[in-house]
Amino acid sequence: MKLATAAATLLLALAPLAHAGEATPMAADPAIEARLIVISEELRCLVCQNESLAASRAELANDLREEVRKLISQGKTDTEIKEYLVARYGDFVLYRPPVKPTTWLLWFGPFVLLAGSVIGLILYLRRRAGLLAPTALSAADKASAKALLADDGTSPTRPKDAA
Amino acid sequence: MKRFLIPLGIFLVLVVFLAIGLNRDPHEVPSPLVGKPAPEFRLEQLGAAGKTFSPADMRGQVWLLNVWASWCVSCRAEHPLLVAFAKQGGVPIVGLNYKEVRGDGETDVKKLAAGAEASLTRQRADAWLTRHGNPYTLSVLDMDGRVGIDYGVYGVPETYLIDKKGVIRFKQIGPITPEALQQKILPLAKKLAEES
Repeated sequence: MKLATAAATLLLALAPLAHAGEATPMAADPAIEARLIVISEELRCLVCQNESLAASRAELANDLREEVRKLISQGKTDTEIKEYLVARYGDFVLYRPPVKPTTWLLWFGPFVLLAGSVIGLILYLRRRAGLLAPTALSAADKASAKALLADDGTSPTRPKDAA
Repeated sequence: MKRFLIPLGIFLVLVVFLAIGLNRDPHEVPSPLVGKPAPEFRLEQLGAAGKTFSPADMRGQVWLLNVWASWCVSCRAEHPLLVAFAKQGGVPIVGLNYKEVRGDGETDVKKLAAGAEASLTRQRADAWLTRHGNPYTLSVLDMDGRVGIDYGVYGVPETYLIDKKGVIRFKQIGPITPEALQQKILPLAKKLAEES
């Protein structure tokens, strides 16, 4: 029994190794591979659109990673590599869209909305403050208030104390 | 009354935006290549080993470049339309056979013998065209998908309408529908044919 368990454990432990032979090709140079990961995490896979190029297992993502590897080993800069892909697939491949007239609404829209809301709120509060402002008492009001305060308590307008 | 109209108005605007947004296909990414010269390539032709083709050979003609593969299900869906369209004549269609062997999701090219991929590609592509009809003036073989990358191919089938000067004027992503053919591709091709 113990032997069987041990054998099973060993097999399980070896399973990932058996798989390793089928892993996607990696560049021989780990430095290239590290840069590839940094660059491709910023790029979108066009097949499974919510995955980055680094994470996607799609066929095309594989090809594009291979292409990026090639460009890195040719000594291209990150910007050049991104431009290379944008020229073919459009801005959509970038997770951070560039700032240009067509994306102004996207970049500045939220701030415009925020500023508009703040201005609206201020205007609203001012108008409301105007409505609530205490009006000055006229001389007649003051006189009647004084009369009420000076009252001795026998006036029928004033409720009697329960005590 | 007015205080109810404002939220209702905002709600209706939201509905309109959502209706437009939800009805758009997120897989249709506008190609930056429209309006740009078609990327150059030189690839071997199907059915004529050793003979190559390059987009430059089509200078002076309005033509279609259709990306296809025998494993591509949507290609089969659009194929009868292409065959019928080719019979009418007018606009030559060049086929770009894209990753015939590598793209099938089964074959590991690294395990194939040298030259086996090329012969397998020809064999499969030929068999498919024999079975479903051949609308292409000629087809070229993009076995590793390198030309596909230059053309920004990310979902087969894709079709490019290229003018006399070699500029891409329209790109259809996914199968060509009869509507797209009648309303977009044909009128534009006619207009482009009149350009000098």
